[in-house]
Amino acid sequence: MKSESLPAAQAAAPPVEVDADAERWRRQRRIEKTLSVLSPLALLALWQLAALAGEVDTRFFPAPSAVFEEAWGMIQSGELWLHLSISLSRIAVGFTLGAVPGIAIGLAVGLFRPVRAIVQPLIDATFPIPKIAILPLFIMIFGLGEESKYAIIATAVIYLVMINTAAGVHNIDKIYLDVGKNFGAGKWMMFTDVALPGALPLIVAGLKLGMGVALLVIVSAEFVGAKSGIGYLIWTSWQVFQVEKMYVGLLVCALLGFGAAILLNLLERVLIPWKQR
Amino acid sequence: MNTAIPSEAKIALRGVEKRFHVQGRRVDALAGIDLDIRAGEFFCIVGPSGCGKTTLLRILAGLETKSQGAVSIGRSNGDTRRPLNSMVFQEQSIFPWMSVRNNVAFGLKALGLSRTERYAIVDPYIRKVGLSGFEHALPHQLSGGMKQRVSIARAFANDPEILLMDEPFAALDEQTKLVLQAELLRVWEETRKTVLYVTHSIDEAIVLADRILVMTARPGRIKEILDVAAIFGRPRKVEDVKSSPRYGELFGRVWGQLRDEVVAAQAAEEAEAKRQQSGPG
Repeated sequence: MKSESLPAAQAAAPPVEVDADAERWRRQRRIEKTLSVLSPLALLALWQLAALAGEVDTRFFPAPSAVFEEAWGMIQSGELWLHLSISLSRIAVGFTLGAVPGIAIGLAVGLFRPVRAIVQPLIDATFPIPKIAILPLFIMIFGLGEESKYAIIATAVIYLVMINTAAGVHNIDKIYLDVGKNFGAGKWMMFTDVALPGALPLIVAGLKLGMGVALLVIVSAEFVGAKSGIGYLIWTSWQVFQVEKMYVGLLVCALLGFGAAILLNLLERVLIPWKQR
Repeated sequence: MNTAIPSEAKIALRGVEKRFHVQGRRVDALAGIDLDIRAGEFFCIVGPSGCGKTTLLRILAGLETKSQGAVSIGRSNGDTRRPLNSMVFQEQSIFPWMSVRNNVAFGLKALGLSRTERYAIVDPYIRKVGLSGFEHALPHQLSGGMKQRVSIARAFANDPEILLMDEPFAALDEQTKLVLQAELLRVWEETRKTVLYVTHSIDEAIVLADRILVMTARPGRIKEILDVAAIFGRPRKVEDVKSSPRYGELFGRVWGQLRDEVVAAQAAEEAEAKRQQSGPG
């Protein structure tokens, strides 16, 4: 997310110049930050001007102001919240239903060789199937209601979390297992104090990947098999050619991804304070 | 082979051998080690790389099995709850996800002590290795030398029958090493634990040891045991030892024993490299 090059830059400089160096570095960071805020704004402004001047086809690329206006209207009428809240709850329930067993099975696979021998081929055989391809089956089993959405998200999430968790346990530095053994840690303490925290960085990486896939899957699932949600909003807007509404949907998708990333980075900071960033 | 184990021996090894197989080829790591280490002794092992000195330590630590022979660690009277051994490892071995205090208390937690009991025992050791104020720090906030201090405190706090140390200072810079050697001597002199210390540094062995065992090139055997305690008494200061003329003399004696083995080990390594270059078969 952020590159922490400060210590390296300071270490490289001779001691007398550290202050000047740090000052130069801070100024550079300020400029970079301003530029990162300005670039999307500039693009929006350019887009707006082009739309006003008739340089782009507003049937496909409506002016940002029109999109924001539409969004504001949808917020006030409660329509946006209706779609957003239903998608959010699908993601939350589906993600939890996938992540919790994903971690549990992943730990078992990583810790016990027989479990690995049983589960690994099943994972290898079914993982390559695009998860959205299973949606018709889930609709058949669970119907058009919420359950099929939960199931499709959970399925997408469970693989990534499971695979990463197992890899996390499997790749723990052998020295930590030696220490545990030498200091007489029992099976349970080996698990709670060594294996689990040792695997945490990869578990969280798996959760991040899972969240990305959850967003992808829920939008596609709502395209075809739902009567509400952000995916449904995008799909019906295009069918009735309400392009501004469609853009509002896309905007919300972007914000959802952004929000999820912030949330999971926060979780990472709390769970893995020792991870070098 | 079956000589009686003297009663004052804290660690007794009889005919200890270790073989393992690499790509179907048998490798003899240790060939018949007979050794008695006295209670309260600081015992150093030096030897060329690959001579099996770390393997010997790991066998005593219960991290590796021996192929043959007998190993015994004497129990001090009655206390059966006390761990037999605790090891200080060469590489970074403290848990990155635990505070300094919880790292040092790890063995005590395994013993089933309550949190209050653990911390009461651990904090004085953290102080002894000079880490007061860092109890709540996480390892990534510490320097390499501080991390090894934590590792040493963890082993001492565990109060085992014997301490095993596998080149704990090998990865540190020279000056940090000097400081930590002095600290180790100070902490050790307070407790007088039996220590088995593996190093490749003759200098370190002389500074720390009561006796130095020189091992042969692989398969590891005992070549010579030199008595340092007779020359340098206790308590001992690193700088006193190093500035003494007898230090140079002792260094020469150890190196005289070790040199041929290092040459032999290197010849074996070269032969092995050639064999691998000429392809499998």
